[in-house]
Amino acid sequence: MKRTLSTPAGAGAWRRVALQAALLGAVVLFVAVLARTAAHNMEVRGLVSGFEFLDRPAGFDITQRLVSYDPSDTHARVFLVGALNTLLVAGLGIAAATGLGLLAGTLRVSRNFLARSLASAYVEVARNTPLPIQILVWYALLLAAPPPRDAIGFGIGYLTNRGLNLPAPLWDAEGDTALLGVVAAALAGFVVARLLKAVRANTGRGPAPAWGWAVFAAGAAAALLVTGNPTSFSVPRPEGFGFQGGFTVGPPLVALWAALSFYTGGFIAEVVRGGLNAVQAGQGEAARSLGLNDGQTMRLVVLPQAMRVIVPPLASQYLNLTKNSSLAVIVGYPDLVATFAGTSLNQTGQAIETLGLVMLFYLTVSLSISLFMNWWNSRSAAWATPR
Amino acid sequence: MSAPIVEVSGLNKWFGDAHVLRGLDLTIKEGERVVVLGPSGSGKSTLIRCVNGLEPFQEGAIRVAGADLKGPRAEAETAKRKTGMVFQSFNLFPHLSVLDNCTLAPIQVRKVPRRQAEAEAMTLLERVRIAEHARKYPAQLSGGQQQRAAIARALAMQPQIMLFDEPTSALDPEMVGEVLEVMVELAKAGMTMVVVTHEMGFARQVADRVVFMDEGEIVEAAAPEEFFTNPREARTREFLSKIL
Amino acid sequence: MTAAVRKPPRRSFADWARANLFATRGDTVVSLVLLALIAWGVWAALDWAVLKATWTGEGREACAAGGACWAVVTARWRQVVAGFYPEGHLWRVALAMAFLAVAVSPVVIRKGWSFALAPLGVVAAWAVLGGANLLPRVPTEYWGGVFLNVLIGITGSVFALPLGIALALGRRSNLPVVKWLSVGFIELVRGVPLITLLFMASVVLPLFTPAGLSFDKLVRALIVITLFEAAYMAEAVRGGLQAIPPGQREAARALGLNPWMTTRLIVLPQALRISIPAIVNTFIGLFKDTTLVYVIALLDVTGVMRQALADFAWQGSEAEAYVFVALVFWIACFAMSRWAAALEKRGAAPRPVQEHA
Repeated sequence: MKRTLSTPAGAGAWRRVALQAALLGAVVLFVAVLARTAAHNMEVRGLVSGFEFLDRPAGFDITQRLVSYDPSDTHARVFLVGALNTLLVAGLGIAAATGLGLLAGTLRVSRNFLARSLASAYVEVARNTPLPIQILVWYALLLAAPPPRDAIGFGIGYLTNRGLNLPAPLWDAEGDTALLGVVAAALAGFVVARLLKAVRANTGRGPAPAWGWAVFAAGAAAALLVTGNPTSFSVPRPEGFGFQGGFTVGPPLVALWAALSFYTGGFIAEVVRGGLNAVQAGQGEAARSLGLNDGQTMRLVVLPQAMRVIVPPLASQYLNLTKNSSLAVIVGYPDLVATFAGTSLNQTGQAIETLGLVMLFYLTVSLSISLFMNWWNSRSAAWATPR
Repeated sequence: MSAPIVEVSGLNKWFGDAHVLRGLDLTIKEGERVVVLGPSGSGKSTLIRCVNGLEPFQEGAIRVAGADLKGPRAEAETAKRKTGMVFQSFNLFPHLSVLDNCTLAPIQVRKVPRRQAEAEAMTLLERVRIAEHARKYPAQLSGGQQQRAAIARALAMQPQIMLFDEPTSALDPEMVGEVLEVMVELAKAGMTMVVVTHEMGFARQVADRVVFMDEGEIVEAAAPEEFFTNPREARTREFLSKIL
Repeated sequence: MTAAVRKPPRRSFADWARANLFATRGDTVVSLVLLALIAWGVWAALDWAVLKATWTGEGREACAAGGACWAVVTARWRQVVAGFYPEGHLWRVALAMAFLAVAVSPVVIRKGWSFALAPLGVVAAWAVLGGANLLPRVPTEYWGGVFLNVLIGITGSVFALPLGIALALGRRSNLPVVKWLSVGFIELVRGVPLITLLFMASVVLPLFTPAGLSFDKLVRALIVITLFEAAYMAEAVRGGLQAIPPGQREAARALGLNPWMTTRLIVLPQALRISIPAIVNTFIGLFKDTTLVYVIALLDVTGVMRQALADFAWQGSEAEAYVFVALVFWIACFAMSRWAAALEKRGAAPRPVQEHA
């Protein structure tokens, strides 16, 4: 049977192959020219290429870090320290932004006019101001805090223009056992609570699940007693021009974390609102006609359905937050870009390699999140309503 | 068929500037089966949504089993609790199984223990003849099965009145019958029902009273034999001539 | 008998308040707390920013009133608007802004021919600013202030949109090389932070250009920003393309249109209309991103303000400086987002969540 005109074969196919070959050739040629120019320029300026610099000592200090590091460590170690710092501020930011966004998003559809307006104002301010400005504002605010002499206390810690002073846990040898005991008590309490809840649901009677808390408290107290209460907290106390005890979180990290959370929270609020609106109005009507109150309707009917729509754009916002954490360089927080693509780059002069490795890091994070979204989308197609 | 169970008096509702319900007065007695007919836009769906408390209304009063819908919160909640509603688009909860759809409200609102709620639900699902699908999800059921599940779900809250908002209009023709069958059985069992529908056969078979609405007012109300064979108002005659 | 048709009863403020503020006991508590909070907040802000503020002066000492010291902005007003552009030539900045306004006029005129105004307006603006051998040359190092943000924003938008459309179409292409090049570019660019690309423009790009040819830093930054935004624009347009039912293409083919004509005459116009809110979102994101150029030492409005703050006379005025910059951006971005909402009401698809943060 002859091929119809709508499915070109033969001459058309050759043309397409030729076109693609030409395009590919052009791209390859372009890259080759770039590479040759770069090699020539680098030779002229006496720059080296290659990754040997990763084994050379860095020679500079990083003040805020999660793992041990000193200036004699290699640039590879700098990459690790920077990457961990990035993940730290990103993790803290994601947690706070999600909380803020969930709150603001649900308030946006609230019945209360003032709550609705306040949430809307927050979202409009957070989303329409550039993030670098927000970071600088928070940083300026933190630096405007009083000096340690007149520190603002809030119970467990202090806020000064040198940062946040929080209690630091002190372990000694039996501290590990005590910690294990407390964790075990928490687990036991949780299990007991679930059991009691199931018994209640099935028979309508039985002790309240809240007894689980009592189990946890008793178990934790027992653990601490047995080990002689070895854990203590070094609580910060003002002394002289500074503080004794506790540990300090510097203004750069606090400012960056606050700005990232505030900014991304606004976007997450819109994601949540979109998800809530995507649930059909009839669902809420059916729930109300069955007698469920507003809280139950939101919790049991609307929110579970909204989650399906919320998760993919939420993951996108998490990715955006992680990328935005690279703005750490404007307040001097030693994240990956500031340390590796900043100081290391300046010292070794190997811009292509350092920037390339940094971009590779972010691409890996981005790819992981894409894979997760694909998995989520396939999983939640299960109870999709066929229309 | 004795005490009045729904009393609507002087009901006026506006959507924006549109006067959609105009001075309605309607009394429904316990055990009565009322079918509401009318062209689209006549306000029939709006009427029963007001009775259910889904739509607010600006003027008038509605009492359900003596409780005022506009009264203090507790009284209004009692009023709303007495009515069950079946929607045109079913509105089953897609993320829950059919059984869970029927047990959700009893557990949360009537505080019935789960095992008892499930037993009650299974009885209802057997009554509407979809017990074998109890563990399935709504998306796996046909339209007729979903609507029957919706009826069981509404019945699980033990309402005194069942309201139906065009329950078969979104169904393929071959499934309309199975849902009407369930509704007829419900009527025979003595449930007070208010049904907005276009199914004239159902009206003739089951209704104690047929109410005709047009442009927000009740034009005529009568027993089915009288209504269909000898309508009094011109508008009623015009409507019937178009659909019969 | 017909009941009278009436107008609805006027809803009193008391009724509205009862529904919206005091519906439940919990609601009432929340409303009162929020009312107090908002009242206090608005009063404190007004007091600081307006009532006790100082509007002119040469240094922070002039602001003894205790309120906001807006003098930090007004004292350098010319720099805030135009950077270090030579004083006698500021009329060229004004003319360039007029050309840029022409460049964005297609969104108002909305006729096919008007879209050519966009690149023409941009080229004219740059020509006036740079000199183009007809006027005295002003090197880009002197360009700065708010006008630099506007210039980058509009130039970037004008070129990112067609590039983004091309990438989006390329992504849907049947030719594997085209498709994978498009996908590769989009995912690569969207996967990295803009600041790394700006560093690349500032430090790495010079390595890739032959010795004789040196690119202006502003031009380098602009190229990078345009390519960055094009990738996000491609995703914005892609949503619109996906929304076109395949029946449209089938009908076009049945009428005899070839794929290119189908795309140009049938698919793209509809897809772009659907994508308008997402496209405007990308414009908003681009405008916010323009301020990042201060990190590579281009003196946009943030750069100008930071320079001012480095001056000893203005130490301690960070709040005023940054609030001012924030306000400038907020007004522009909020206006654009309201415009997108108006477009949405007029029939474009509902605004998606801002994909580009």
